Amino acid sequence: MNGAIEAPTIEYGLLAPLLLVFGAAVIGVLVEAFAPRYLRKSIHVPLTLLSLAGGFALVLVQALRGSLPTTPAAMGAVAVDGPSLFIWGVILVLSFVCVLLINDEGHFVASAAAVPGSADEEEAETAGGGHTEVYPLVLFAVGGMMLFPAAHDLLTMFVGLEVMSLPLYLLCGLARRRRLLSQEASMKYFLLGAFSSAFFLYGMAMIYGYAGTVSLPGINQALSSGVLLDPLLLIGMALLGVGLLFKIGAAPFQAWKPDVYQGAPTPITALMASGTLVAAVGALLRVFWVGLGNLDWDWRPVMWGVAALTMLVGSILAITQTDIKRMLAYSSIAHAGFLLIGVMATFDSPAGNAGSLSAILFYLVVYGFTTVGAFAVVTIVRDPGGEAWHLSRWAGLGKRSPLLAGTFAFFLLAFAGIPLTSGFFGKYAVFTAALGSGAEVGDSLGGWMVGLVVLGVVASAVAAFFYVRVIVLMFFSDAAADGPSIAVPSTGTVAVISVAMLVTVGVGLFPQPVLDLANQAASGLFIR
Amino acid sequence: MSSLWLPILMVVPVLGAIVVALLPKGSDKLAKQVTLAVSLVVLVLTLVMAFQFPSASGDRFKFEAVYDWIPSFGVHFGVGVDGIALVLIALSAVLVPIVVLASWHDADGVRTADGTLITPKRSVKTYFSLLLVLEAMMIGVFAATDVFLFYVFFEAMLIPMYFMIGSYGGAQRSYAAVKFLLYSLFGGLLMLVAVIGLYVVAGKGTFMFPELVGVIQDPATQKWLFAGFFIAFAIKAPLWPVHTWLPDAAAQAPAGAAVLLVGVLDKVGTFGMLRFCLELFPDAAKAFTMPIVVLAVISIIYGAIVAIGQSDMKRLIAYTSISHFGFIVLGVFAMSQVAQAGAALYMVNHGFATGALFLAAGFLISRRGSPHIADYGGVQKVAPLLAGFFLVAGLAGLSLPGLSSFVSEFMVMIGAYSSTAFGSGALSVAAGISALAVILAAVYILWMVQRTLNGPTAEPVKAFKDLNVREILVLAPLVALIIGFGFYPKPLLDVINPTVTQTLVNVQVDNPAIAEKGAGQ
Repeated sequence: MNGAIEAPTIEYGLLAPLLLVFGAAVIGVLVEAFAPRYLRKSIHVPLTLLSLAGGFALVLVQALRGSLPTTPAAMGAVAVDGPSLFIWGVILVLSFVCVLLINDEGHFVASAAAVPGSADEEEAETAGGGHTEVYPLVLFAVGGMMLFPAAHDLLTMFVGLEVMSLPLYLLCGLARRRRLLSQEASMKYFLLGAFSSAFFLYGMAMIYGYAGTVSLPGINQALSSGVLLDPLLLIGMALLGVGLLFKIGAAPFQAWKPDVYQGAPTPITALMASGTLVAAVGALLRVFWVGLGNLDWDWRPVMWGVAALTMLVGSILAITQTDIKRMLAYSSIAHAGFLLIGVMATFDSPAGNAGSLSAILFYLVVYGFTTVGAFAVVTIVRDPGGEAWHLSRWAGLGKRSPLLAGTFAFFLLAFAGIPLTSGFFGKYAVFTAALGSGAEVGDSLGGWMVGLVVLGVVASAVAAFFYVRVIVLMFFSDAAADGPSIAVPSTGTVAVISVAMLVTVGVGLFPQPVLDLANQAASGLFIR
Repeated sequence: MSSLWLPILMVVPVLGAIVVALLPKGSDKLAKQVTLAVSLVVLVLTLVMAFQFPSASGDRFKFEAVYDWIPSFGVHFGVGVDGIALVLIALSAVLVPIVVLASWHDADGVRTADGTLITPKRSVKTYFSLLLVLEAMMIGVFAATDVFLFYVFFEAMLIPMYFMIGSYGGAQRSYAAVKFLLYSLFGGLLMLVAVIGLYVVAGKGTFMFPELVGVIQDPATQKWLFAGFFIAFAIKAPLWPVHTWLPDAAAQAPAGAAVLLVGVLDKVGTFGMLRFCLELFPDAAKAFTMPIVVLAVISIIYGAIVAIGQSDMKRLIAYTSISHFGFIVLGVFAMSQVAQAGAALYMVNHGFATGALFLAAGFLISRRGSPHIADYGGVQKVAPLLAGFFLVAGLAGLSLPGLSSFVSEFMVMIGAYSSTAFGSGALSVAAGISALAVILAAVYILWMVQRTLNGPTAEPVKAFKDLNVREILVLAPLVALIIGFGFYPKPLLDVINPTVTQTLVNVQVDNPAIAEKGAGQ
């Protein structure tokens, strides 16, 4: 019984982007503890932005070095493969952009613990400052978002999930306006999120019971030789699925999304709608393609139903919304459904799978940027009491500020998937992958995939209705006499909207460079 | 060898649109002049190109230019024209400057003679730059030789038209614009599925039209893909029963936009049937011919009957168009040389005739401020020129011999009547029934003419001024074209015929008698 424990090997070079972000987050906590109040913000902002930019630079270095590792890093815990690097890059850029939005004045409450409307709150308000711990919290969330889709075993994935979610629960409750709504959102998100984490954990335990391992390739191997109708396995798979589908907001686990998106401070909503979705889709792919890839005949029918329901629920319920953020939340649900179509598009051949994966990655990029841009516009259309959340307040915006309304209209058209916007190519790529996969497998499944794509198209048409409704409001309706004012946007916000617009237009006209990147990232598939 | 003609034709209006949009505030007049100049440049370029169009020999597509656009998807920026595409591009290029002139004051805030405001002042620059963007897309959609590129233009051109109706139209404009957009978008999305399906099933890794002809062999697959394309085109055309958006959209759109909507945009539907539905899916096209012919005949009769009952001039014209589109679809699916050439010719002639009718009605409406026929009467005595042009345009609408639409309508009916492609004279019956529409057409046009132009002069009509120089410049070229092509349609037919022959070869209509008879006439 020598009991010598070997020191684990950690590939620091590969994990550098992740470590940088987490390191910066820890430093941020120290700043919060030791730096004087008036200095905090001026330390946090450069620290946060630099660490995100640095992380992106490190990702670039690895991507440009060419040869990607073929084995997972950190003793099989984290897979730094092409898709991971791509997702990291996207998350880092999106969160950089979101931090520019967060940086804008006045989104966050001065003292979260103060009862809304109380003297305490007023005091905190007059003392100034506001919550600077937002920055380290965001960094932790971003770190979690990076770890979540790169995790190579279920345990690490769970850690990533929690590191990502816990800061977000808090951040949701920090909105300065409509405090009660924000706190309610935070509470709901926390409770439901905790349930879904429990589902995930329980599913993981079941799978461990079946396969004797939590490593994704280990599970896959067990599946290739084991009994496929083992209840442990099936229950485990279902529970894992619930946990993951909750995070992307797929129906019937979508109920939190509108409430949380509505209540959270808008920059945080932007971060969740872009970054969290990217990360969660990445994780979903890794579990279902790598871990449960051999079981796709079992999960595909269920996923079919979930995808169909998600698209329909998202696009139909969006029609009745009167709150702009809730509407965008339902739109995000519908888009999660379109992404699930891509998740189902698995092939027998690696080349086919790489095609589907690249389509999904491409979709994530274009949707991420458009959605950040749309929420950025929401932050600057203001009423005296904060953002002009009610749709009717947006009437006639096209006449007051045609440029802003035009930009928002363009984002909406991109969501609707009109050609010559980036959103169109995203949808196109996913639909093509799905039809291709159906055609490869043959008749029965082929028909189902065609059916799903047709449903997707119907959902797109329904969704177009509510996007267009907002355009009608902005351009064809007469403005209310006391319509909302357009806040003079800060440089950061202008930069965010410009970047989002640039990507939406640029990729809409010339998608090839981004497609090349996605193809390259997907060519090696996930490492197994 | 790639020719720069078509890319230039598309780039010029886009650049013009950007210039117009960037003009400083308050330069409305300059914006109109620039737009007119740009559209005239496009017209001249198009005509120069058209006269260089080589005769029947050689490749199907002339003035081809193919560039890679999205290699990953096999998508090219591929443009080129055959005879039918050429005449439709020419139609667009002719109509746009006319529409610019006709819409000169539409965005300024239209007032009637007694000073009531019909439509408030709106952004002039936006209207005219949208118009130029639309022109580029209209040229692009007819010129595209890549199926994907065609789809992109097919959908994207909805957006400028949507804003033109929604921002500049009549009282119900936002309802009409949304209805128009949603109908078209829905059809377009079904087509998208078919486009992807075509790509996947063909397995060629390219969207270039010439390489996809004849590739899909399986009849069942053909039928599904055909349906995806056809529904989109039927909504666009529009065919009964998916026509209901057109009367709303056309009645609410400003007269100029209505001309482009009915005159050009809807032609994309019939053009698409002829080019894509027939040639890519010949077996399915033949299998579905009878049901489609039935729909076409219903459209012809239904459109005509409903038109008679309309009290709103623009709605009336829209319903007559539904009837005319029925004729075009009948011609396309009669699968004979004469009928298809007639259908292609009809697309052009209908553009001129309906254009003239909409614009003349628009001038009436801008004087009185009401689209209702009942508000007029005796215009002829007060404004003889306006009344004269309105009458000629109306007569073209009912296909009076000697006017251009007569030639095409006659060709379609003869072609369908003599087509034995489907045995037992089924098409002859269809042609016979649709001949009834000629009588109905006389009713709806002449009754409208009688109620507006003749009779005692209504009180408000007495203040009407006759056409001014600008308005004459709008209507005169159209009437000249209507009469000119009425007597001498040969130049158009010479360009159209080889393409129709090629189409029929690709469709493999296995009845030589038809092809021969067609070629002989």
